[in-house]
Amino acid sequence: MGVGGGHWSPKNPEQKIIKRVIALEGDIIKTIGYKNKYVKVPHGHIWVEGDHHGHSFDSNAFGPVSLGLLHARATHILWPPRRWQKLQPMLPPERTPLHSDQE
Amino acid sequence: MLRDVMGKTFRLLGYTIQYGCIAHCAFEYLGGIVVCSGPSMEPTIQNSDIVFSENLSRHFYCIQKGDIVIAKSPNDPKSNICKRVIGLEGDKVCISSPSDFRKSHSYNILLGGQSKAWAQSKDLVCLQLLWRQEHSLTWKVYKENSQIWPLNDFGFLRASPNGHRFLDD
Repeated sequence: MGVGGGHWSPKNPEQKIIKRVIALEGDIIKTIGYKNKYVKVPHGHIWVEGDHHGHSFDSNAFGPVSLGLLHARATHILWPPRRWQKLQPMLPPERTPLHSDQE
Repeated sequence: MLRDVMGKTFRLLGYTIQYGCIAHCAFEYLGGIVVCSGPSMEPTIQNSDIVFSENLSRHFYCIQKGDIVIAKSPNDPKSNICKRVIGLEGDKVCISSPSDFRKSHSYNILLGGQSKAWAQSKDLVCLQLLWRQEHSLTWKVYKENSQIWPLNDFGFLRASPNGHRFLDD
């Protein structure tokens, strides 16, 4: 959770998009601009969101993402050199699930 | 004597790794053999039929209506499902009664099992994320796809007996 995941775009099969994992299967979360205000993430799916809310094409637009579409986990920024850093797996406190099956 | 044995062992290992890599690339990018289980694709594919499948159509994005595809299950990414494509983006597909049409969304490919009980697999009907979940494709009936097992039924995969359900735009 909180980790940046790269996955294939549900809208364009030739494109990969990179977002943060906010919730795993079984979690109930409050959405931002999705058609349902509260969503329970279905089995075998994850909920991803971009860090820049409101300007992000993420699960708030296309819903939960199936785990089969997950491609990789982003660990570091390599370029440009002044932005070398490890990507921290951090869940924003205002985006924690309302109820988590993982506990 | 020992050096001979070591040399032979390393050579064998080298060959094994080499051919292992080639086989892996072939299965990943070209195609392979799949064992199908379950009754949902009868009569075209019976339970425990062995089917040859190819990946090239997936990599070049040329999947067509009527193709039989193998995809990752949306609810369980570790297992695969084998179904026939009955709608592409923008297609209207009849999923309940003939008078109840529903338009599909962009890149939603609606699938259905081929048996008469396909309405029960309504959860699988709208596989929103199908494109990249596809593991491999089987060719349409007039391309070179073949069933291998059982041997008394060797041949191409037949066209859909539910062809009347496809709406041609």
